[in-house]
Amino acid sequence: MSEFIQTNVQPYFNFWIYVVLMMIGLWALIAKNNLIKKLIGMSIFQTAIILFYVSLGVKDGSTIPILDHHGPEHHETADAGHDDVHEKEHGKKAEPHHADDHVGPNPDTIANPLPHVLMLTAIVVGVSTLGVALAIGQMIFKEFGTLEENEILEQIKAGNVDD
Amino acid sequence: MIFAFDIIILIFLVVAAIISLSVKDLLSSAMIFGIYGFLICLLWAEMGAVDVAFTEAAVGAGVSAVFFIATIYNTRRRSSD
Repeated sequence: MSEFIQTNVQPYFNFWIYVVLMMIGLWALIAKNNLIKKLIGMSIFQTAIILFYVSLGVKDGSTIPILDHHGPEHHETADAGHDDVHEKEHGKKAEPHHADDHVGPNPDTIANPLPHVLMLTAIVVGVSTLGVALAIGQMIFKEFGTLEENEILEQIKAGNVDD
Repeated sequence: MIFAFDIIILIFLVVAAIISLSVKDLLSSAMIFGIYGFLICLLWAEMGAVDVAFTEAAVGAGVSAVFFIATIYNTRRRSSD
């Protein structure tokens, strides 16, 4: 059991919690009676999916994907020993030689920013769907005088709807 | 990514989600959903996604909580479940 936790649960804890949150949201969407509770469940479902995508970009011991300097890392150290004339003569010819070397920061030390950028769009789309859904909820309240699903269904069955 | 922070925030996240869905007062449900939003914002800052974190803090926790409160103000505060 402890071996199972060490190999399957601890390295993938984000993914286990993502599944749990997603099932909580799905349960609220299906089983809750109040329409606003259903919408809170929908938002939890959306954040669970975003949690899954952001967890894909995380590496062990990685930091935020922001650099505090521009350009290749080796310029200061590699050119430190040369004088100006030498650099003008050989500066451009030395570039292809250096291109094989390690240029820029090590990608293993920063989180993958691609899923982050995709999920920015997902957050904004999620809030706009939430806004439209809550506006429709207010229209439903104006029409039926309640937000409980069973009472709305009873009124529809009784034929109290004026189109 | 720091595993101790990760595990604490994720457990609080599940607790906040369950409480937000089981409270019968819709206004406190919306408030606890705002707490859920800030917890997931903390989680993203901790996972290295700072851009997602401040978008979530502004949009997810702020604007969606305001939307919920506006809707509850215009409708009814009690919920049957």
